[in-house]
Amino acid sequence: MNFSEAANTGYFFGLVPLLVFLPLTGMLINMIFGGKMSEKAVGTVASVASGLAFVVAVLLAYSLSATHGHMQTVHFAEWIHIGDLKLDWTFRVDTLSSVMMLVVSGVGTLIHIYAIGYMHEDVRFKDDIKRFRRFFVFLNLFIAMMMILVSGDSYLMLFVGWEGVGLCSFLLIGFWYDFDTLGQKSTANAEAGKKAFIANRVGDFGFLLAIFTTFWHFGSLQFDKVFEAASAHPDPVVISAITLFMLIGVTGKSAQVPLYVWLPDAMAGPTPVSALIHAATMVTAGVYLVVRSAPLYSLVHGASYIVAMIGAVTALFAATIAVGQYDIKKVLAYSTISQLGFMVAAVGMGAYVAGIFHLATHAFFKALLFLSAGSIILGMERGHHAHAHHDEDHGDGHAHVEHHEEEVFDPGDMRNMGNLRKRMPVTFWLYMAGTLALAGLPPFAGFWSKDEILLDAKLHAEHFPGVYLLLSIAAFMTAFYMGRQIWMVFFGKERTEVAEHAQESPPVMTVPLMILAVLAVFGGALNLPFEGFHNLGHWLEYTIGHVEGLPLDLGVAGISTVLALLAIFFSWLLYGKNPLKAGQADPLKKPLGFLFTGMENKWFVDEGYKAVIIDPFVKLAKFLSINLDWNFWHDWFHESVIYAGFKGLARFLSEPIDMGIINAIADKLAEMTKRSSEGLSRLQNGFVRSYALSVLLGVVAILGYLLFK
Amino acid sequence: MDFALLPNLVTFFPLVGVLILFFIKAENKVLIRWVSLLTALATFGISLVLLQQFDANNPALQMVTNLPWINVADWNISYYIGVDGLSILLILLTTFLTPIALLSTWSAIEEREKDFNIFFLMLEVGMLGVFMAQDLFLFYVFWEFTLVPMYFLIGIWGGPQRIYASIKFFLYTMAGSLLMLLAILWLGINQGTFAVPDLIALGGIPAGIQTWLFLAFAIAFAIKVPMWPLHSWLPDAHVQAPTAGSVILAGVLLKMGTYGFVRFNLPLFPEAAVKFAPMMATLAVIGIIYGAIVSYYQKDIKKLVAYSSISHLGFVMLGLFALNSQGIQGGILQMINHGLSTGALFLLVGMIYEQTHTRDFEVYGGLWKIMPVYGTVMLIVTLSSMGLPGLNGFVGEFTILLGAWGAGMPGEVLGSYWYAGLSAIGVILAAIYMLYMYQKIFLGPEGSIVESLKAKGHPLRDLSVREIITIVPLLVFIFWIGLYPKPFFALIAPTVDNLVKVLQAAMMH
Repeated sequence: MNFSEAANTGYFFGLVPLLVFLPLTGMLINMIFGGKMSEKAVGTVASVASGLAFVVAVLLAYSLSATHGHMQTVHFAEWIHIGDLKLDWTFRVDTLSSVMMLVVSGVGTLIHIYAIGYMHEDVRFKDDIKRFRRFFVFLNLFIAMMMILVSGDSYLMLFVGWEGVGLCSFLLIGFWYDFDTLGQKSTANAEAGKKAFIANRVGDFGFLLAIFTTFWHFGSLQFDKVFEAASAHPDPVVISAITLFMLIGVTGKSAQVPLYVWLPDAMAGPTPVSALIHAATMVTAGVYLVVRSAPLYSLVHGASYIVAMIGAVTALFAATIAVGQYDIKKVLAYSTISQLGFMVAAVGMGAYVAGIFHLATHAFFKALLFLSAGSIILGMERGHHAHAHHDEDHGDGHAHVEHHEEEVFDPGDMRNMGNLRKRMPVTFWLYMAGTLALAGLPPFAGFWSKDEILLDAKLHAEHFPGVYLLLSIAAFMTAFYMGRQIWMVFFGKERTEVAEHAQESPPVMTVPLMILAVLAVFGGALNLPFEGFHNLGHWLEYTIGHVEGLPLDLGVAGISTVLALLAIFFSWLLYGKNPLKAGQADPLKKPLGFLFTGMENKWFVDEGYKAVIIDPFVKLAKFLSINLDWNFWHDWFHESVIYAGFKGLARFLSEPIDMGIINAIADKLAEMTKRSSEGLSRLQNGFVRSYALSVLLGVVAILGYLLFK
Repeated sequence: MDFALLPNLVTFFPLVGVLILFFIKAENKVLIRWVSLLTALATFGISLVLLQQFDANNPALQMVTNLPWINVADWNISYYIGVDGLSILLILLTTFLTPIALLSTWSAIEEREKDFNIFFLMLEVGMLGVFMAQDLFLFYVFWEFTLVPMYFLIGIWGGPQRIYASIKFFLYTMAGSLLMLLAILWLGINQGTFAVPDLIALGGIPAGIQTWLFLAFAIAFAIKVPMWPLHSWLPDAHVQAPTAGSVILAGVLLKMGTYGFVRFNLPLFPEAAVKFAPMMATLAVIGIIYGAIVSYYQKDIKKLVAYSSISHLGFVMLGLFALNSQGIQGGILQMINHGLSTGALFLLVGMIYEQTHTRDFEVYGGLWKIMPVYGTVMLIVTLSSMGLPGLNGFVGEFTILLGAWGAGMPGEVLGSYWYAGLSAIGVILAAIYMLYMYQKIFLGPEGSIVESLKAKGHPLRDLSVREIITIVPLLVFIFWIGLYPKPFFALIAPTVDNLVKVLQAAMMH
């Protein structure tokens, strides 16, 4: 349906382009007028822009439910039409994209509001107040790009959003591009942004190949046409190629093995960015892509199993690393990779509802956790500054200022924290809600969604062997590393003076968190495993076909609950019963030995990539540019062989005649040009003359031959 | 009014400015600047009328002027010019970039401005002539003619090694075009006409001879593009040329090479084109990867951009030799895209160079904070050059790669997916070297140049109004082509479709 038709349906489908244009408007307003606006105004414009997009998403969801979930497309403009290639800017509203729209704009808006408070302080700690506006410009751009991603009706439009969010991720990771994560002058944050962009480009490379294959075999990139053609001619080789190429893209965007390495570094971005982009929304795009392509994946079991295994392996692998981290955001980052692994495993097994369900609940509780972690970090920063000022007031201020500048304090290191529940009680309870949801304890949201994935893995164990086991171990470790974090951050004794001075965050930050906490607690209601409560399942059925609503399996749920409780108990034994003291090594270090060293050091994967890919690439680049291209090709071959040889030949040919007639002409010419240009005379090195002569001779000879042959 | 006059008017209008400039005293710099800028703008205006009169649905040559010119010894050389879908966009690109480049010289060129502007307008005549000419001999005359002003632009207003660079530039192009001249003469004499449309209609060149003619043309054009491994002149020419020279060199002059392929090699020697397609595509792929990797290891900003051109033009060549509509249309559009984004890159590099007088990456860093407008503009252009969807570069690269993938299917002209597959790696590499460049200049802590300029009393300033005016038109097209390329494709599609039919017939042989 085209735009005007859409507007006349009596429903709100025609509004769908606004999902993109509202955030873009917010962005432009802040870009153009933001310089003269107050921080509050800038933040409000951006939040309202995102909030209105949420309203549109709600209206679209309402329209869908009122029309029995019937998918609608809205044609906006033509894009690229060449031969059979017909690509348009066409939006698609169906129950799947609708879920994504709601999650993105809903969580996105809460994070916009939170960021008003967060960035207000962050720009002051970094001493660059002007940069406040830029943050919201990027954030609005991100929402717009994410909306293109989830609402596009073709693989290419999805790809536009896909790369667009990658750009925003790059810009926001490197938001403090002149610092490192500790606030020291450095290129580290910029490097982290670049790393993210490049890792994602590797994934995009795979996605592009998938697009090419799809087009040449199925004649279109528009979803329904592709699926129709694929089911009409289900060539397993072609479809396996497409789905596996796509998987490369998924591993890039959704941070799966082996391309996940960018996501931990992405924590260099301000915390709202970590929450919004690198936990709740952008990184789930890969999961969305697989669900969107369900009709393709369901045709090839082999490729699907690879997807499921990649997810399961990632889930466990990242969980082991999370256990060995000390930075509060790094733990959450690896946790995110691990949870994305759960989702990818789910959708790989064809458990699309479970995957999307977990995507939604994870967006709630992980955004909550990240933002609370941001609140903790700022609380520590406040403590740090209050502590420093406190010293200044009471002593030799000058000496202390210097001391303060030299001292590098890491406000995100859990070893610097301890007993924060006393100083930041609101944040503590919010964090607890998120933790229990992530650990998968009933009745919190994460329990229901994770359990559905585990149940699916159990039921499909015959076709997808190993997935259930890997995911169960990962689930155990999830509860363990979260328990470890809780004890280290909130309990025990303060391990630094800064922790003693930590301060609670203002309501502009905590109120959005409370909303997220409510969702983290009750979000499971989206799809409860009881007859009549499979809401999300029924909603998605309109798009992905019939879904069997699974009942609660007490065995699976029981095992996972017991595992989670056990893990939390172990974490209490290690970190809660005997709290970590300042300077004390991690209690796991001794019993686990080299295993823990591996976890602490992320299994040396970054080092491996450096040795195997990056260093050889740089060496190759150096060899090609310096040795081959310049020294050999440019200098030696062209100077010594061609140039010198030609010069000799030209001299030999021209010398006799050159002395005679031509010389006179050339001199005359030289004289003429000399008058108009002094620089020209410098070109009169005899060489050009000889050359011009030889050209002339050649032409004359050829012409002569042709004329008189 | 007879619109057939329009192409003539566009081509030679810059000479009006040249004529006026002759009568202006060299000291009267302001007047000189305005006269040449207004001339270039007027030429652009006339070319817009040309566009308006151009019938996009007509695949044939339009607004033709065909007059007998040289008729010695039965040589039917004619003054034959016209416009079709292959050339219309390049003509507009030329008239569009020339005033922009001229505007950029207002602060960059301080010596002998009169001569500079005269050469520049003469260069424009040459370039337009190349794109308009439909007679091989006339084409050759224009082709060689462009060398002369460019030679002086580099040789007089260039960097420290300008003499060396300008001679090299001259020699390489000249050496290549000699073979082309031979081929032109053979064609004209044996077929009895130099008119390209007539030659295509005549056809009937034996396959064996097509091979030789194809190669003779191909070498001339490949040097100009430049295709790997004939690129050695490019870094010298670009690094030494003044900013405006680099803009035109990258923006238009290199396109004369790619244009030559699509205007002459493909339609005149279709059988040979089919035969050589895998070889040309191989060179293109090597160029894409090689240019990209070598770019990454440059210490000089201009050199990086120069090498990146080798990679980008590799994409164009790959598209052209996919020999299908997606590839060729993408290739032609990518010529425009490269002109816009690389032109913009050279302009931007020139703008910072005027303030810092160095192009060494090591002294830069953190400029985004000091020059937010400059940083943002450069970011957009960088992303355009990297092929970010929504900007112009993507539309070209995507259609080219899609076309090459299709040409790689079993039984098609390239017959292997490796061409497109390897080239797509170039997309990853582009991110690596472009982001490297962006980071070195704009991100990280402030580089040493910031302090040293402050100490000298010339702290870095953001873009001036004139500089913004220079760059904004380019940005408009970067977004326009990226988001809504329909009108651009519409101009080239009918002519390309015709060409593809010819090529498909050749494939059947």
